[in-house]
Amino acid sequence: MAEIPESLLRRSAEAKAKALGVPVEQILAEMRGEAPPTPPPAAAAAQPESSQPESSQPESSQPESTQPESTQPESTQPESVAAASEPAPAEAVPAETAPAQTTPAGAVAVADAPAVPESGNGHSGNGSGRVAATVSPRPVAPPTGAPEGVRTQRLLTVVKAKAIQQVKAEPTDKVNTWPHLMLIEFVALLAITALLLVMSVVIHSPLLEPANVNATPNPSKAPWYFLGLQELLSYFDPQIAGVTVPTIVGLIGFMMIPYVDRNPSTKPSDRKFAIMLYTIFLCGSATLSILGVLFRGRGFNFSYPWRDGVFFDDLKDWVHFE
Amino acid sequence: MATIKERVSEQMDRLRGSQVMDSILRPGSPFKKGYADSPRNRSYVIMNNVLYHLHPVKVKRHGVRLSYTLCLGGLSFFLFILLTITGIFLMFYYAPTAERAYADVQALSTGVAFGSLVRNMHRWGAHLMVLSVFLHMSRVFYHGAYKPPREFNWVVGVVLLLLTLLLSFSGYLLPWDQLALWAVTVGTNMAGFVPVVGDQVKFALLAGPEVTAATLLRFYVLHVLFFPFIIVIFMAVHFWRVRKDGGISGPL
Repeated sequence: MAEIPESLLRRSAEAKAKALGVPVEQILAEMRGEAPPTPPPAAAAAQPESSQPESSQPESSQPESTQPESTQPESTQPESVAAASEPAPAEAVPAETAPAQTTPAGAVAVADAPAVPESGNGHSGNGSGRVAATVSPRPVAPPTGAPEGVRTQRLLTVVKAKAIQQVKAEPTDKVNTWPHLMLIEFVALLAITALLLVMSVVIHSPLLEPANVNATPNPSKAPWYFLGLQELLSYFDPQIAGVTVPTIVGLIGFMMIPYVDRNPSTKPSDRKFAIMLYTIFLCGSATLSILGVLFRGRGFNFSYPWRDGVFFDDLKDWVHFE
Repeated sequence: MATIKERVSEQMDRLRGSQVMDSILRPGSPFKKGYADSPRNRSYVIMNNVLYHLHPVKVKRHGVRLSYTLCLGGLSFFLFILLTITGIFLMFYYAPTAERAYADVQALSTGVAFGSLVRNMHRWGAHLMVLSVFLHMSRVFYHGAYKPPREFNWVVGVVLLLLTLLLSFSGYLLPWDQLALWAVTVGTNMAGFVPVVGDQVKFALLAGPEVTAATLLRFYVLHVLFFPFIIVIFMAVHFWRVRKDGGISGPL
């Protein structure tokens, strides 16, 4: 039998005390088995017990007991009079059908249900015959409802606090997405759209002569985002610059970053090495790309853009005047 | 005698209160009649809109600062949408055949209303997207935002960067001019250096040993259908994981 937490016990005692109009302490003592039961206020129907051992307890006229251990019939039940300990037949009435009108100790509850005939004779407890209560000789009166003002509830289960949900996250300082974030995003979208429109009006996309596989332009350049690689290709063997760097370093290496970097901190001051590495990568790729775009001329040899011109056809029509 | 302004606003009110508009706008829409700025409606604006629903109802305060993200991820996505729209426009005027491709692009610049503008937007937008995806990755790195629990989303992000490059690269060939032809030749030559399967990879990409009309068709299909299809799937996972991994990273 689960221990009933003090708080639940107290709450239920308060509820019962309120219903009966007696002091809470008295009820509490009664629930703990330290005091005789309070006489019921009125004619609440006497009822047999419910089949749930832990919580059931007749509240009605009978003497009853708060009970304790379910396995020991003769245990501590105070003055359970009559029936209390009669071992009930094992076939206890199922909870749903057993009329219960109890205000149990733990948490209470009573559900009113129509009485079933057979409950008159054998109420019972569970097989072990613990308590139960009441024994009213007369067939049970079907309680059609609880007395006025009495809340009726049935205890389903007592769950210890813990376990179901544990909140780990600390509360954080948050603001509504609308309007605070959406507004900024909207302005950002407008800004990028404006930028793109201006670029599109001012800079013309290049369109050179029709493709001709027999006329290799000099130099032949890849799109700008591959020009860093093409630049590397002019220093290293293709196996290194064309394969190792882009696939091993570029792709796999980048994917593995979170699994290699075991430093849990995100503070810049704790990550100097990581930041340094990435910054070197950024500067290196920017340098290579700029070299490839601006400083490579015929035959992919070095040239100065201010002396030899820019060999980069994307920017051929840099400024478009009608 | 009501002024024109009053009459217009009265009609607008009737329109907003009509059953039709009421059925279109979900609760909390700022365009709904009687919208009031309340905490609950602020939540509804996000919750009840299919697009805004990408966002959580509330975000960490530091994440709202423009200087934290520079909106780079969102701008990448927005550029992708712009590229989709302009790309659909371009598809109406373009046939991926060696005979017509070049002439179509030329005609686009001269004979189609807004053709030149849309083509420019598509091209520069693509370059901006490569840039913004790359900068987004750098931003994430500098914030250490790839650390647990966001490791996998970083991996998805690297795949997205790769797909962005592939999208841009496959589109590069489509004008079918000298620039396109030779840039793609240089680019795919690099693929030929892959050990063991290099030649096969190159052959599969080009639909032959060198760039031909078959390559044009292949790149076209990859560009307008295959890569967008794949990238949308990865973007969905990416955005979803951003939410599931706890939203914006930080604060530092």
